[in-house]
Amino acid sequence: MAGIGRRGLLGGVAAGVLALPALHARAQARGVKIGLVAIQTGPQAALGTHLKDGFMLGLKHLEGKLGGLAAEVLPIDDELRPEVAVTKVRAAIERDRVDFVVGVVFSNILGALMRPVTEADTFLISTNAGASTFAGRGCNPFFFTTSYNNDQVHAVMGQAAQDENYRRVFLMTPNYQAGRDAVAGFKRRFKGEVVDEVYVPLDTRDFSAELARIAAAKPDAIFTFMPGGLGVTLVRQYRQAGLAGVPFLSTFTVDEATLPAQRDAALGFYSAAPWAPDMNNPQNRRFVADFEAAYDYVPASYAAQAYDGAMLLDSAIRRVRGDLTDKVALRTALEAADFRSVRGNFRFGANHYPVQDFWLCRVAKRADGKFQTETVRKVLENDVDPHVAECRMRSA
Amino acid sequence: MAVELLLVQALNGLQFGILLFLVAAGLTLVFGVMDFINLAHGVQYMLGAYLGASFATATGSFWLGLLLALPAALLVGLLLEWLVYRHLYDRDHLQQVLATFGVILVLNEGVRVIWGTAPLQVPVPALLSGGVELMPGLRYPVYRLAILVAGVATAALLWVLVERTRAGALVRAGATNALMVAALGVDIRRLFMLVFGFGAMLAGFAGVMAAPILSVEPGMGDALLILAFVVIVIGGIGSVRGAFLAALLVGLIETLGRSLMPDLMRLFLDPSSARQVGAALASMLIYIAMAAILAVRPQGLFLVRMG
Repeated sequence: MAGIGRRGLLGGVAAGVLALPALHARAQARGVKIGLVAIQTGPQAALGTHLKDGFMLGLKHLEGKLGGLAAEVLPIDDELRPEVAVTKVRAAIERDRVDFVVGVVFSNILGALMRPVTEADTFLISTNAGASTFAGRGCNPFFFTTSYNNDQVHAVMGQAAQDENYRRVFLMTPNYQAGRDAVAGFKRRFKGEVVDEVYVPLDTRDFSAELARIAAAKPDAIFTFMPGGLGVTLVRQYRQAGLAGVPFLSTFTVDEATLPAQRDAALGFYSAAPWAPDMNNPQNRRFVADFEAAYDYVPASYAAQAYDGAMLLDSAIRRVRGDLTDKVALRTALEAADFRSVRGNFRFGANHYPVQDFWLCRVAKRADGKFQTETVRKVLENDVDPHVAECRMRSA
Repeated sequence: MAVELLLVQALNGLQFGILLFLVAAGLTLVFGVMDFINLAHGVQYMLGAYLGASFATATGSFWLGLLLALPAALLVGLLLEWLVYRHLYDRDHLQQVLATFGVILVLNEGVRVIWGTAPLQVPVPALLSGGVELMPGLRYPVYRLAILVAGVATAALLWVLVERTRAGALVRAGATNALMVAALGVDIRRLFMLVFGFGAMLAGFAGVMAAPILSVEPGMGDALLILAFVVIVIGGIGSVRGAFLAALLVGLIETLGRSLMPDLMRLFLDPSSARQVGAALASMLIYIAMAAILAVRPQGLFLVRMG
């Protein structure tokens, strides 16, 4: 039994090895293959759907081609479990021979994928997760992101609070690494008094204890980072507690992914972002209009950045004339970022994180009854992320 | 000022405790009477919230939604009992845990398929919208007070049912010694089914009541289930009275701990680490309390089961 098993295994491996060059040649002839990592299970799956739809719309606008090569997309559901993501992406690289790994909503998944993907000399293009870990010393020649460095977004809100002359601000985030990063990022640019810092468990369903504290502290504004379902709950309870008179400054808490559930409760609440659906440039107008026509919901930044990811790939592959084997040339082409972003200004810094403008946005109700964030004013222009100086890009 | 804050926090704690009680009551009956560990009880709470949300949207009225969701939750509970649970009563606890955990996975995924992953919203009914100003700057939503009242009323009703009716006497007898009750000629299977459906409906009721203040999303029952287990262990398995007191206790410890722990830590630590240590300690507080209570009274606050 064991003998047969081993022989069968050896045979399989031999066949696999023999088949590899042939497969590779076929992949070349076929075009370009993209492993699209987008979460599709669990309570955060809506974000993955935004990401996937955004990327697919980009492909549609490019008529199914990236830089002239017919594109094939292999969707990968990371299930928000790092070990699952690594197994699936390894298989995509080794068995399906994808040329690029694109997507990724959450930082912990990105952290798990970083080594397996880049050590296989495959380009990893994050369209959302922007952990600062890979912006400084951990920067990587095979890694690009079309989103932002998380720290930047929180700092933008700190700057906005500073600009509005808020003196006393109440901070509240979930009690985990990203929550503490949010507080640190906000404080980097906010120089006023922090009335209190509250850290709540990640599975908080009821904020009544914290809301009572906020009411007692009477701050000029609150700053919070409550992604996904946390944000939906907080926003509604904040409104119900009659606290809406206290300006609600937030990051990743009110966006087009959560607004369908928050609706009127979020009206007038603030967010910080490099992009909003109402941005007035030709490529964004086309993106938003076609997105809503195709998928019947308002796109969030997850979708916009994934759309930009498709445009970036298209521009880079076009530059190298479809030759995906010369990684150095391909990297140079990606670094050029020779495409028109839905955000307007866009280029890469030395650490492959975008250098871009950041906006203060506010939740508004559109004439058709749907909700979206709208730009209020530009807070930072061509902002470079704070870790770029620590990055020494290996010329791998 | 500080006293007002404390009062508001105590009210918050009681209201959370009442919600916990509605879930734990069914759990403790099922566990106590049938000696059956039902991990999927939290799913009943989630289903209640989803059914309530859907019926409320369909009919345009929260009250009609509530009225329709209750029998629907009962039906789902009975269906699950008939489909899955009744085959597990004679198995050991490990198999019950495994099977009901499977039910959690299936139903969470099912909810995702039917309703999607984005959280749903249920508006607060117009009759109970608005708030009372209990302390300056904070409106305490009337709806939360309504949950408190509804929960206490349900607890009273439950007490009458369990302590003062024939069916209740059978349930209590079943919790003490099921075999003897069966030997006396009571159809214990039917009693089980009744208790089961009722427990499911209570959890569903909690779900509907919670829907307008919490976000209705897949997996929303899982966190509550763990606390519900803490409640029934502290209260004494099978005891509704114990579950009631323990639920209020857990609600108060959880809410007051979250609010006061960081302040308490500030006496010993610098502010920034006090906030983080305090938050971490606060989340452990319930389990510390459970360990302390079990050390003194291993059988929980109210003993039901004999031998």
